[in-house]
Amino acid sequence: MAENLKPSSGYAPVIGLEIHVQLKTKSKMFCDSPNNPDETAPNKNICEICTGQPGTLPVANREAVRLAVIVGQALNCRIEEYSKFDRKNYFYPDLPKGYQISQYDRPIAQNGYLDIEVPGENGGSASKRIRIRRAHLEEDAGKNIHPEGADYSLVDFNRAGTPLLEIVTEPDIASAKEAKIFLQELRNIIRYIGAGSADMEKGTMRLEPNISVRKPGQLELPAYKVEVKNINSFRFAESAIEYEIARQAEILKEGGMPKQVTMGWNEKAGQTMEQREKEEANDYRYFPEPDLPILHFSKEYLEEALASIPELPAQKRARFKREYGLPDADIRNLTEWKELTEFFEEAISELDELAGKALPLKFAKMAANWCLQDFSALLNAAKINPLESKVTPHNFAELIKLIEQSKISATAGKQVLAKMFELGGEPSRIMEDLGLAQVSDAAVIEQAINKVVSENAKAVADYKAGLQKSFGFLVGMAMKELKGKGNPQVVNDLLKKKLE
Amino acid sequence: MLTRDEVKKIARLCRIELSPAEIEKFQKELSVILDYVSELKKVETSGVVEISQVTGLENVLREDAPRYSDLRQAIIANFPESREGFLKIRNIL
Amino acid sequence: MDASFSEISELHEKLKNKEISSVELTEYFLQRIKKHNPQINAYLTVTEDAALEEAKEADKIIARRGKISVFTGIPFGIKDLFCTKGIRTTASSKILENYVPPFDATSVQKMRAENAIILGKTNLDEFAHGSSTETSAFGESKNPWDTSRIPGGSSGGSAAAVAAGLAPLALATETGGSIRQPSSLCGVSGWKPTYGRVSRYGVISMTSSNDSIGAIGRSVRDLALTAEVMSGRDEKDATTGNREVPQYSANLRTNLKGMKIGVPAEYFIDGMEDDVKKRVLDAIEELRKLGAEIIDVSLPLTKYGSLVYAIVTPSEISSNLSRFDGIRYGHQAKDARDLAEIYSKTRAQGFGDEAKRRIMTGTYALSAGYYEAYYLKAQKVRRLLVDEFNNVFEKVDCLVCASSPNVAPKIGAAKDNPLFGYIADQLNIPAAMAGLPALSVPCGFGAARDGADGGASSSVAGVQMPVGLQIIGPQWGEQKIFDAGHAYQTVTDWHKKMPPDFVPASPLPGKRK
Repeated sequence: MAENLKPSSGYAPVIGLEIHVQLKTKSKMFCDSPNNPDETAPNKNICEICTGQPGTLPVANREAVRLAVIVGQALNCRIEEYSKFDRKNYFYPDLPKGYQISQYDRPIAQNGYLDIEVPGENGGSASKRIRIRRAHLEEDAGKNIHPEGADYSLVDFNRAGTPLLEIVTEPDIASAKEAKIFLQELRNIIRYIGAGSADMEKGTMRLEPNISVRKPGQLELPAYKVEVKNINSFRFAESAIEYEIARQAEILKEGGMPKQVTMGWNEKAGQTMEQREKEEANDYRYFPEPDLPILHFSKEYLEEALASIPELPAQKRARFKREYGLPDADIRNLTEWKELTEFFEEAISELDELAGKALPLKFAKMAANWCLQDFSALLNAAKINPLESKVTPHNFAELIKLIEQSKISATAGKQVLAKMFELGGEPSRIMEDLGLAQVSDAAVIEQAINKVVSENAKAVADYKAGLQKSFGFLVGMAMKELKGKGNPQVVNDLLKKKLE
Repeated sequence: MLTRDEVKKIARLCRIELSPAEIEKFQKELSVILDYVSELKKVETSGVVEISQVTGLENVLREDAPRYSDLRQAIIANFPESREGFLKIRNIL
Repeated sequence: MDASFSEISELHEKLKNKEISSVELTEYFLQRIKKHNPQINAYLTVTEDAALEEAKEADKIIARRGKISVFTGIPFGIKDLFCTKGIRTTASSKILENYVPPFDATSVQKMRAENAIILGKTNLDEFAHGSSTETSAFGESKNPWDTSRIPGGSSGGSAAAVAAGLAPLALATETGGSIRQPSSLCGVSGWKPTYGRVSRYGVISMTSSNDSIGAIGRSVRDLALTAEVMSGRDEKDATTGNREVPQYSANLRTNLKGMKIGVPAEYFIDGMEDDVKKRVLDAIEELRKLGAEIIDVSLPLTKYGSLVYAIVTPSEISSNLSRFDGIRYGHQAKDARDLAEIYSKTRAQGFGDEAKRRIMTGTYALSAGYYEAYYLKAQKVRRLLVDEFNNVFEKVDCLVCASSPNVAPKIGAAKDNPLFGYIADQLNIPAAMAGLPALSVPCGFGAARDGADGGASSSVAGVQMPVGLQIIGPQWGEQKIFDAGHAYQTVTDWHKKMPPDFVPASPLPGKRK
């Protein structure tokens, strides 16, 4: 962190975010062309409406409206009884009609908030409220492509007319770190609701932060703000905001005033760069869209929408803490991955049944660990999500139970899981097939220990003389005798007894 | 009367190139129209809610059912220039 | 009666009884178009080959089935503002000079589904901006009653084609008088539907909030028949209403007992031609004789209608015409050096003066700092206009007045008068802004007074030109205006008059009778 940005310096960043989230509908916002962000063939998902042919008219997508409403509700927004669409007029080759259908003075959602957990004093965490100014529906533009070195550009209208939710926060964010936490929380909410993939790398979530910096002692908002574009990953978001804060603070420190400009993040250079000014300030000439009747949300509609919102990440985190007593870091890591959380919960309910009684907390802790470590590693390597893998929650739960009951060692458990991941199947069967069942039978273990003790007189003598590491050596030898399948706890206990 | 600069600004906003003679012509003509409509000021409208749609319709929405258009090829064929399925246009940057 | 001036129901009878085939009928109209279109420039495109193919199909259908639609095999024209699949659609603009849409407007699709035969595309003011067809990039159309005069507009080509017997019916559009005014000037019947009654899908937008898709024909009965085909909710146009479409033609009244007809004092404006006023008063007398109760009513905001229109219309136009940018279809400037010039030169070359005027007026009215004073103010007055109509329709079933304050003026009347359209249509615009249905029906002839101001000056010429009676109904009240118009046509024959120069020397005989 730049020296002048230490909290003690008094220079305080003021950050507001504009986030565009592409909604996961099957068809586009105003026509029935497919909405598929992964389509690679150019101009595949186009029709006469989304390419602005003469005389064509928009008809709004019911599902896009519903998703916008429930995201608004999840962000604690007020959903007014009436909402309407407006036209935003400007010219660009990727904008087929010469206007974008958007929402101006009656957005779907307004005046909400999202509480995020930010690092607090003494290493703890604190809750911070980020106010949401509004969230409105609009259609996306197509994509302009500029082939390297070519004197022409190419336009693909696959994205033109796909539904976007633009979410605007108040300038309540005070650091790049907070911005990142907010974005992650928002992304998770969008994913939990199923409203979108909210993937910055894929462009289904796009960020334009507005950044300014207060001088020491300044209470009012700065008289300028700088908008930063071209941010397409969480990492870029953090770097760009940090860079911009430092740049502005430097100007302020030297008695200057940063210009109100639009900057672009240049990843190669690792800095923001001023974007070429348009010849004239935009005048979008908004007016009500005459082609689309107004939206009227009845009380029943809004109640139904609210009731359809699933458990959101914050609620889930609180419940995991309450019900399973998992450590905060584990909870956060689990809930970050929606499908993994779902898998985990299904596995837990399977364990509940297998255990036949109230679930011991250690089951949950073990299941969480296995989800976050070995299972995650396998999933990440294969680039799939848990619901696509061959490991069913039921089989996973069985594996956890085998380990917990010491029928298999943790090390052997990893091998079993890998096999389950590769081929599917029941862990007990795999364990047997691989000959990995753990030996806990005291008679068998005692026999092995007797053999080891008689064959390693020196080590036994050393241990008795106080050399602790000899004990480890003897355990190792006993395990070797048991082909690695001995229950470590039992081996330990019996060996200790033998040597007393 | 609109000024030359005002006419030029409007023409830039709506992307219509005007010759100096046209600027003068439209300066006069647009001013005639604006004078004509200025009579509207006489109508008392305080407290009146504007109307932009006369049908009274609400919530006219489509089901979210995707369909590939069979007009795709025809639309691309109408592009002034295309390249491998893309619309091709003079360099935007 | 000769086919060129027959009503659709008459032609239908002949087709059904095999007195004539659709191919013969279509050939006949195509020949008439070849002969007479050069005199009046009503058609921009004639689809001869396709029409004959479609007529052959229609004849097969007629031969095959007992029951056919009243439109099966009937030729008709289409204003060149409707997208027609595979048929050049220009909006009378250079910017779309060579544009061939890959799809049909919904209303065109519906007519095709009836196996009606498309003869071609008719002329209009560029993008329907105007009231004379003089803003067409392809030359003005001429009034068949006197070819030195305008046919009115913007649907002037459609009105002239029907008036000259070059089609029994033509689809047309109206935003503020574009059906009623040319129908009046050409002595034919025109129907402007309730906004939302007929799908706008595929018809190039002018003012989305009041564009209405209708037709011009030889009688109110024909228009009622057409309305039954064209009306109804369209899933592709969210502004169409979900109301049932009545069988308008089946229930047409021939007396008007119990009907209350309002005569709004404000529609008899200063500068209205004397003959027009006389013919309209005569017509009102006929309506009284038919049993209607005539009631004097007042619509004090009438004079502001055109002003509201002169703001709202250009505002929506400025946005609706943005898609004509040379990027994806249509004309693209060849001499552009960069992207900015592709836009500004394409649009400078592609649009005519009236379109430019309207785009610029609208751009100004919507721009920052002016929105409240212009657009918002206009929409507030529009609300008052709507309320005023609603109040008066609590007392009366329909309103009658002149369709145009004057008969057809000389060609050139609109030239260099940026207010021509707004003034010519001042009797049509208020109802259009309120989305109401209306008719214009011929109600006699009047002496033309000629002047650059469209007939308001005093010099009287001898030519007798058609006068139109306007009938305005309440929202969704199509049946009422069809009733009034039809009853009127059962006791008058103004709608059967033919312009002398276009009366066929050798009428098409019903050969096989």
